[in-house]
Amino acid sequence: MNKNKEQLLNKRYKAEKRFRLYGQSAIFMALLFLTIFIFKIFSTGYSAFQKTWLIVPVTFDAELMMLEQNPSKEDLKDADYYDIALKSMADLDPNANEDQENELKRMVSYFFEREIKRELLNDPSLIGKTKDVYLTASDDLDQVFKGNYPRDLPEDQRRVTDYQLKIFDQLVELGKVESKFNLSFFTYPDSREAELAGIASSFMGSIFSILVCLMIAFPVAVLAAIYLEEFAPKNRFTDFIEVNINNLAAVPSIVFGLLGLGILLAVFQLPRSTPLVGGITLSLMTLPTIIIACRASLKAVPPSIREAALAMGASKMQTTMHHTVPLSMPGTLSGTIIGLAQALGETAPLILIGMVAFVNTIPGSPLDPAASLPVQIYIWAESAERGFVEKVSACIMVLLGFLIIMNLFAQIIRHKFEKKWS
Amino acid sequence: MNLILFTFIVLLGFTSYYFGRRKAYTIQSTNKRLTALPQFYGYYLAIWCAIPAFIIFSLWAIFEPTIVKLLILSDYSNQGYLDDELNLIYEKTKALSRGQFTGEITPFIEASAEKYLSLRSIAQSSKAVIVLSIIIASVAYAYKKISSNSKTREPVEKFFKAVLFTASLAAILTTVGIVFSLIFQTIDFFKVIPLFDFVFGTHWYPAKAFVRDSSEALDPTMYSDTFGAVPIFAGTFFIAFIAMCVAIPIGLMSGIYLAEYASVKVRQYAKPLIEILAGIPTVVYGFFAALTVGPFLKEIGNSMGLDVSAESALAAGGVMGIMIIPFISSLSDDVITSVPQSLRDGSYAMGATKSETIKKVIFPAALPGIVGSILLGVSRAIGETMIVVMASGLAANLTLNPLESTSTITAQIVVILIGDQAFGDPKTQAAFALGMSLFLVTLCLNIVALRVVKKYREKYE
Repeated sequence: MNKNKEQLLNKRYKAEKRFRLYGQSAIFMALLFLTIFIFKIFSTGYSAFQKTWLIVPVTFDAELMMLEQNPSKEDLKDADYYDIALKSMADLDPNANEDQENELKRMVSYFFEREIKRELLNDPSLIGKTKDVYLTASDDLDQVFKGNYPRDLPEDQRRVTDYQLKIFDQLVELGKVESKFNLSFFTYPDSREAELAGIASSFMGSIFSILVCLMIAFPVAVLAAIYLEEFAPKNRFTDFIEVNINNLAAVPSIVFGLLGLGILLAVFQLPRSTPLVGGITLSLMTLPTIIIACRASLKAVPPSIREAALAMGASKMQTTMHHTVPLSMPGTLSGTIIGLAQALGETAPLILIGMVAFVNTIPGSPLDPAASLPVQIYIWAESAERGFVEKVSACIMVLLGFLIIMNLFAQIIRHKFEKKWS
Repeated sequence: MNLILFTFIVLLGFTSYYFGRRKAYTIQSTNKRLTALPQFYGYYLAIWCAIPAFIIFSLWAIFEPTIVKLLILSDYSNQGYLDDELNLIYEKTKALSRGQFTGEITPFIEASAEKYLSLRSIAQSSKAVIVLSIIIASVAYAYKKISSNSKTREPVEKFFKAVLFTASLAAILTTVGIVFSLIFQTIDFFKVIPLFDFVFGTHWYPAKAFVRDSSEALDPTMYSDTFGAVPIFAGTFFIAFIAMCVAIPIGLMSGIYLAEYASVKVRQYAKPLIEILAGIPTVVYGFFAALTVGPFLKEIGNSMGLDVSAESALAAGGVMGIMIIPFISSLSDDVITSVPQSLRDGSYAMGATKSETIKKVIFPAALPGIVGSILLGVSRAIGETMIVVMASGLAANLTLNPLESTSTITAQIVVILIGDQAFGDPKTQAAFALGMSLFLVTLCLNIVALRVVKKYREKYE
């Protein structure tokens, strides 16, 4: 009998251990996913912050550029750079035939003409001389240099030809290929060519959308929260508003996209693809988040504060505006930032209102067509070119960086400025 | 022009605030008692200055285009034009007056354009004059009215309260907006496609609707077998099911562990780390699923001799499950921690081990809250868009094989509406009908879940 009891007890203890282990492994699994995730993004993305340049000697031949003697600055701007650009690429292999010259030209980006022009405009005395100029390598060669390109594929299955690889390897041996920090990733707008694509346009689109969202959602949400928490009578209508808010917080984001499309674009005729419409759509989504955060922090202000103000003869409105609301601001602000961080990562509603259009200019106002960072991720992820894979990861890194900063900021505001009532 | 007028109204508002307050100070200096603080006199005047002006301003903005259009088209009224033609004439007139007109300019339209421009300039200047005179009249009236014993605080506070109330209506307006944006397109859709075909049809092939020439009349029989949503609904619930298979065990167990076992230190670090998973944008999960998980599953499947699609339901559902883990874990963590300690103590006193207490006492007590959190997770899984768009297929297969590709409501909405949409096309309307069904399903789930959680909270508070 005693032995039986002991067995039973052992069994129960084992069950206890097992259960604990399940819990631990669940946590472990969740954290493992997170780690794999972050690792994967970083390992594919970090290389996008480097860009491969070919160093090509360029002879600034005045005759080829159609320049007269002693050209002015204007003449230099209007000069023809295409021929010298073409010639300097062709000169990499003196024995090249016409097809091969074409292939040589495709080793660099189609910006090569502009890069050469910039060099001369910086230093007009170069005319007639030869200088090594840094030219952006094509995205495929960029990938070759970074070691991401399957060189052993049969030639007809890759976009880089054997001939290009041969010349490229010669250049590498001569030290004429260099990898430098990819500044253009941050300063260029989107492009169809992976080596020239940057996040500047989508970044500005995101900023404008978030600003519009903040300017609409924050005041409306705070005012609504003040009303509901401090003034609203307890009745059916107030309950109805509350049910609405809680429900809106859980409505799928794509439904807000349909709202933007069906009301903002179709009925109010606002311009498509613009951060203005995107921001309004996002603000409707963020509204419940901020209202809930603001109400929670209004609730956390102890009644004694209100009673003290009322006892001093302040009206209800004065009590609320002068005492309760300022004391609740840290909580409200951190809730707002978290809501904005969510809005910043939102993609589906923006796709529906057309912010997925290809935009190769940097938007200057909320009324210009634009993409946003998450939409840029989507656009690039759908592109077939190999060069875009690392761009997507790098864009994700930038986006995650912003989200982390915003969340940290929210934490700091909460911990530093929030009063602890005890 | 509007912007200048707007700024002007705002500036005048500030000035009248200043004047109101100064008048209050003057009254005070004559040793009379004020009934409110001086700034309330300022607010009072500022409100009187700005609000009537803004009302006129916005009414003008709403009615001006209609009136101008009526006036322009009155020239053509007895020439027997149809409504559509008149609209076209008006559009041409507007385009010409903006200098964006391409095409042949007839003298008629040129005349109308000139008339349009002059009408617009008359309208603009009369608007400015009327708004300004309204401001002057109302400010003068209010300025005269305020005296030592006039009430200023009450109306000002009433006004502020009305503003607060209006703001709180935003939530209702958003819901109404959602319903309105969905319902009209949905009704139009069901005029062409019978409801029965939509709910019970098994072929979803909206691309077919594209082939139609827009000049042809709508022929409903063309669309039979095009908009049967069963594969879409099935795919949606199937992917959500896979997601929940991943999210429920992991989320629930980590919630239990964090609430009952974890030391303060582990909890302090593990909880925010898990919640990072909820903060990652879904498009990032989508990229991860499409780039890493999909090919990985395909490779494993191929090595086992299985035919796995690179865009399998399993990849999308599994990654979606990872995304939902933190929702379930933190909600069930909250629910479990709010179970009263007395229940635990009672169970321990009877000799139960910790796991027995959790399984037999705490879990049943927390069950309603946990069910609520799972329902919220399901609602999120059904409404999730980007992961499915990027990682699962876009062709609607009716299948229960997790290794094949399926499509969901959200993915189809995106597929249909990406790029240019033609309103009035059954294909576009189909997206809204799908949106409507998505909204209704998630609405039911949310309301049930929120009610369950609320009931549960009330039980222990």
